[in-house]
Amino acid sequence: MATITAPTPAPATTPAGRRLPPWRRVPAGLLFTLPFLVFYVAFLVWPTLSALYLSFFNESLTGTRGEWVGLANWAEMFGDSAMWASFGNTLYFTLLTTPPLVVLGLVMALLTNRAMPLRWLWRMSFFAPFLLPASVVALIWIWLFQPGFGLVNDTLTRIGLAELGWLTEPELAMVSVAIATVWWTVGFNYLLYLAALQQIPQHLYDAAAIDGAGWWQRLRSVTLPMLRRTTGLVIVLQILASLRVFDQIYLLYQGTGGPGFAARPILEHVYTTAFTNFRFGYASAISTFFFALIVAVSAVQLKLFARKGPDR
Amino acid sequence: MNDRPPTRRAVLGAALALGALPLNGCGGGARTEIRYWNLFGGGDGVLMLKMQDDFRAKNPDIDLEAVTLAWGAPYYTKLAMAAAGGRGPDVAILHLARMPGYPAGHLLDAFDEELMAEVGLRTSQFPPGLLERATVGGRLYALPLDVHPFVMYYNTDLAGKAGLLGADGELAPLTGPDQVAEAFAKAKAVTGRYGLSLDNLDVQPWRLFWGLYRQLDGAMELPPGGTVGIDDAKAIRALEYMRRLTAEGLATEGVDYPGAIASFINGEAAFHWNGGWEVATFTAAGLPYSMTRFPNIFGNGRTAGDSHVFVLPHQRVRDPERTRASYRLIAHMLKTSVTWGSAGHVPAYQPILGTPEYLALKPQSEYRDVTPDVQLDPPAWFSGSGSDFQNQGGAAFQGVLSGELTPEEGLARFKAAVNKLLTTLSPV
Repeated sequence: MATITAPTPAPATTPAGRRLPPWRRVPAGLLFTLPFLVFYVAFLVWPTLSALYLSFFNESLTGTRGEWVGLANWAEMFGDSAMWASFGNTLYFTLLTTPPLVVLGLVMALLTNRAMPLRWLWRMSFFAPFLLPASVVALIWIWLFQPGFGLVNDTLTRIGLAELGWLTEPELAMVSVAIATVWWTVGFNYLLYLAALQQIPQHLYDAAAIDGAGWWQRLRSVTLPMLRRTTGLVIVLQILASLRVFDQIYLLYQGTGGPGFAARPILEHVYTTAFTNFRFGYASAISTFFFALIVAVSAVQLKLFARKGPDR
Repeated sequence: MNDRPPTRRAVLGAALALGALPLNGCGGGARTEIRYWNLFGGGDGVLMLKMQDDFRAKNPDIDLEAVTLAWGAPYYTKLAMAAAGGRGPDVAILHLARMPGYPAGHLLDAFDEELMAEVGLRTSQFPPGLLERATVGGRLYALPLDVHPFVMYYNTDLAGKAGLLGADGELAPLTGPDQVAEAFAKAKAVTGRYGLSLDNLDVQPWRLFWGLYRQLDGAMELPPGGTVGIDDAKAIRALEYMRRLTAEGLATEGVDYPGAIASFINGEAAFHWNGGWEVATFTAAGLPYSMTRFPNIFGNGRTAGDSHVFVLPHQRVRDPERTRASYRLIAHMLKTSVTWGSAGHVPAYQPILGTPEYLALKPQSEYRDVTPDVQLDPPAWFSGSGSDFQNQGGAAFQGVLSGELTPEEGLARFKAAVNKLLTTLSPV
């Protein structure tokens, strides 16, 4: 409840802190963060830097090359139609999935935030798909989307509609992935929203009700504004997650990129370049480029939403 | 091995292989340890485990550590990296068509004919065509275990009802584009759905195209830095025939690999085109079926395929004891490859083919004469099973099967993709 006063912040200078010289304080902090820093540097900072470094070499997985090629990889990348096409596919996927994943997550949270019989069951089933591994999700949807006997097409034909080539038509290839992904991952946003809804003080609703606000008014003027920070967070996390799409597509289309490569995300292009075609240097250039873009996108987003959020 | 991504069975096979590992750990002191990597995760993977156990029982002085890795890119990545570091496994499996991507002398070590002779192996025991692909600069870098062609499965019940079986209960030979199409039409009349079930996606359209194109005697040149040399007229004929099968409703359309298998098992189609490695699947399903060579449609019996070969990944320091033990492992696998043949692969070790044990394998031994007609991908660093080349071919030609692209457009797309690969500086 917001009425509870926050614990008094610790005084800036504790007696202990005053006695210690500054040089004693720094190593203690470092020591506590060291285990994390070691992993962070070894598995994130170092690989990122070495990818940037490799992007200037024609490094091969087989170790037969590795000469300095300057900006050749970068020049090749900007003229690589497969890179741009797969980059476009990733953006398209992000565009297809982010709005429904945010809106549906909110709607599902609103639906199950009220008293109702078997509420735990609803909540659990809304969240459950998120617990499935990507391979299971891919298998489930491969069978659902099968022509002829798959549940989706069978239902379509039973209600008198024509079958659709969910996994075989280039126009639908990414839409199918988006449908499967929304089903799979909406549970995470749902959980964030549900937690946030439970943080909204009841007295705000009580006050709104006394002022005669109806259901819609309360949603618009109390719930949504109070959820603003959560929405910001959900959107940022969702865009980042969608941009990183790889697993479910790789598994759904068994590494082929879908019909006519219509569903090949940029990360799969990187994967193919590096691990099927052995071209580490070039793959490093693409992933560094994409990494820089993601960093830029998240920086802009964080700035936007950090400003808008009310100070709570 | 299945030329496709891992299935549930593949994962199970890999899990079994991993489970077998700790058992090998308890070796005695003086035993020679050798490491063997393969990518067999399907029904054939189970047989490979059996052959490995057999080897261990008969060679107690050798400590065999065998690892099954996920098929395709994951396997090839690990093998290339291990060999590049000079610390690869002692023996590994490779697809013969992938060999140009594994530079001889750098990632692979050559076979020594004297050491081969010690374990009773001679080059004359193998199909010359395969050995030719395995020879670089006069030295042999691979010993073929099998060939695995694209074949034709048929449901004996349905084919019988369609009047397509001969007096001996086997499929009457089908020759020529029209006779094959007519047979599928008759089968379709019986099943009510399709005549032929075919994976329209993935890399299967490439395999189908390559077999048909080679039946037309089409050649394909892949000069590094140049453009693909292909006979357009023949390629178009092959593609037109592929489209004919789907356009006339004779073959499944828009169906992927598991879908094509399901549709054959469910009796929606009387014929199924696929690699020979699905034998175990159809037998397990209790399907009344048999199999035969891919039909002679354009004048000869050529069909797409590849060959699993044993290679000696490069070792910076080669230990003579381990090398001898490796040869013994390879010799054992080849000489017991009748077990391997039951997975649907045709053993490459020729002395096996005449044995009563192999001939008793039905329907697997029905197409044993196919080996000289098996067409590997044209050689290039980027071609072969599980390669980007096959994936590009599959992507271009699946559009032709679905009618999305005309044969001309599909061919143009294929050529553009291959030309791009050709202008890419080879990473090997």
